[in-house]
Amino acid sequence: MQKLVLLGDEAIAQGAIDSGISGIYAYPGTPSTEITEYVQNSKEAKEKGIRSSWSANEKTAYESALGMSYAGKRTMVCMKHVGLNVAADPFVNSAITGANGGFIVVAADDPSMHSSQNEQDSRALAKFAMIPILEPANQQEAYDMVHYGFEISEKYSIPVMMRITTRLAHSRAGVARIIPQMQKEIKLPGNLTQFVLLPAIARKQYKDLLKKQDGLVKESESSAFNKYYEGKDKSLGIIASGIGYNYLMENYPDRNCPNPVLKISQYPLPYKLIKRIAGECKELLLAEEGAPMIEEWLSGYLRNGLKVKGRLDGTIPRDGELNTNILARALGLEDTRGKEIPSVVVPRPPSLCAGCPHIDSYLDLNAVLEEYTPGRVFADIGCYTLGALPPYNSVNSCVDMGASITMAKGASDAGLRPAVAVIGDSTFTHSGITGLLDCVNDNTPVTIFILDNATTGMTGGQISSAYGRIEDICRGIGVDEEHLHIINPMKKYHEENMKIIQEELNYEGVSVIIPRRECIQTIGKRKKAEPVKEVK
Amino acid sequence: MKCDIILAGVGGQGILSIASIIGVAAVNLNLQVKQAEVHGMSQRGGDVQSHLRLSDKEIASDLIPYGKADIILSVEPLESLRYLPFLSKEGWIITNSKPFINIPNYPPIDNILAEIKLQHNNTLLDAEKIAREAGSIRAANIVILGAASLHLDIAYEKLEEAIRYVFGRKGDNIVDLNIKAMKLGREFAEKN
Repeated sequence: MQKLVLLGDEAIAQGAIDSGISGIYAYPGTPSTEITEYVQNSKEAKEKGIRSSWSANEKTAYESALGMSYAGKRTMVCMKHVGLNVAADPFVNSAITGANGGFIVVAADDPSMHSSQNEQDSRALAKFAMIPILEPANQQEAYDMVHYGFEISEKYSIPVMMRITTRLAHSRAGVARIIPQMQKEIKLPGNLTQFVLLPAIARKQYKDLLKKQDGLVKESESSAFNKYYEGKDKSLGIIASGIGYNYLMENYPDRNCPNPVLKISQYPLPYKLIKRIAGECKELLLAEEGAPMIEEWLSGYLRNGLKVKGRLDGTIPRDGELNTNILARALGLEDTRGKEIPSVVVPRPPSLCAGCPHIDSYLDLNAVLEEYTPGRVFADIGCYTLGALPPYNSVNSCVDMGASITMAKGASDAGLRPAVAVIGDSTFTHSGITGLLDCVNDNTPVTIFILDNATTGMTGGQISSAYGRIEDICRGIGVDEEHLHIINPMKKYHEENMKIIQEELNYEGVSVIIPRRECIQTIGKRKKAEPVKEVK
Repeated sequence: MKCDIILAGVGGQGILSIASIIGVAAVNLNLQVKQAEVHGMSQRGGDVQSHLRLSDKEIASDLIPYGKADIILSVEPLESLRYLPFLSKEGWIITNSKPFINIPNYPPIDNILAEIKLQHNNTLLDAEKIAREAGSIRAANIVILGAASLHLDIAYEKLEEAIRYVFGRKGDNIVDLNIKAMKLGREFAEKN
């Protein structure tokens, strides 16, 4: 079959289609978004009837996928690393229920925080849940590992995590496909209490999970994805995981690293191979992308005083992405870094687009808040977080999906008046609705802006799950009609909008203001896609 | 053969079209290709870059190491300097001279251009002006590709073929416009 040039994300998606998945579930989040988008846009996936529309959040996505696995079909659920926090409850418990149909959860980590609020390493959560991990080094491995991951998942009746990072997710390379497999038939679990985690059953299921671990270690030890490369210079052994292996090898143009190298791309850790490299070498160097996970696990495992170099001892910086030059320095090789950036160069941070409706919303809000002391606006995750930067300086928090409404509530409970929340339409349906219910139940004095640009903007304009129904949801939760306003964030309505905002800031109860105007990016895309109309 | 290219610009300036044209040409020549892109938050008017790596051997890293880029191809002058630590000693900076100003503290353009001219191998061109001659300023990115084509180890016809493939869906006019833009960019670089 012809080679395709695919992003790492797309290679995973194609792998999933070719492995015979029946459904993929996700909420958009950089750098994982393109996996699901690829399936959504795939003609093949459409013909095969693979379900692929967006879920409301990562938790609903994860649980839906678990249900598909329960029914015996192969399924994939994708999220960014912080999305896995949202889905942590079903994630950890799905290790105990186990899988029925093959189940892969893709966690896309973002070391160096290119588009995220932290750089947590999803391998830690997988180890916590005792779920095996696959960590591809390149796009071809990403594709191949999906097939392998489903086999492991079905063989051990366990969800499998595929952990990738930004650079693999968003880098293209050639990928060779294999012959696609058929989808599975519906087949419920042989034991119909497998998924019933009542304590008595959960205790038994948990013992089963513990029992599976030895088998999973053996799989890692014999896996083609974990490789031991001989090397003559045994003064140092190198353990490189995932794409850390690429950065290591980039330092050797002929790929002839003089030291023994253990490439790890499957967990639980292959202890036999680690024992071997630790036994053969005087020191170890860890090249892992993300947190020093293997490094920490090893310090507990080796216990023989062997010197281990990596992120913990400062050989490699504790935070941020790896690269070829960082490893060159760690190995005592030449650092090829060129000239420094000239002093004339200034940063060019991302900013709200010209014509963005959020700009007008912030200008309206800023104008009204001028009368008060600063520091009373709690924001959320999305394009509008950029309102924290000059020239707007409009917002004072950005923590996690949905935290705007609930933090504003807590601050209001503490006595801060007015307290304002700013949340996007898609973030509201992801995790804002329950917080609004809390506010209504307490009749908390908060003014909540739901910035409705009719899309999930930051990740590229995916459909918003409650498109056109935001005000209905607010009414249903119990927001008083008199304090529910839809405004048009445009310069010409500035005075009018200010008046409404001022009134609601004065109200001692829950107010919701919905500035509604379509994202300037999606308007552009839509106009491009629409056929040109004849002008009469 | 090995060619490592940093493509630089501001979100929305079309550096990924340049990457796909070179990428298609390279794949048609059976070269190995890796191309790292920037998605997500930075795309909103921030600085963006793409690492494009071509080789006749297997490529290890998705990112070009510091000091190893053969070319910095930039559609914006300030952005061409941001990636200097990646440029090799004999590498080329090929950049648009026309600034894209979306920050309040954009430095004086003369200072930026002077800094670019200090670099050992540089080609500075007003890509918009040349693109206008070709038919549309929207082809400015392809003008710069044309200027860079002198230093790509890829036959010029293969790049034309790739333009036909990448823009084919948009019709003959767009294809011809871009082929002309690339040619004018190349001619400029040959003369200067």
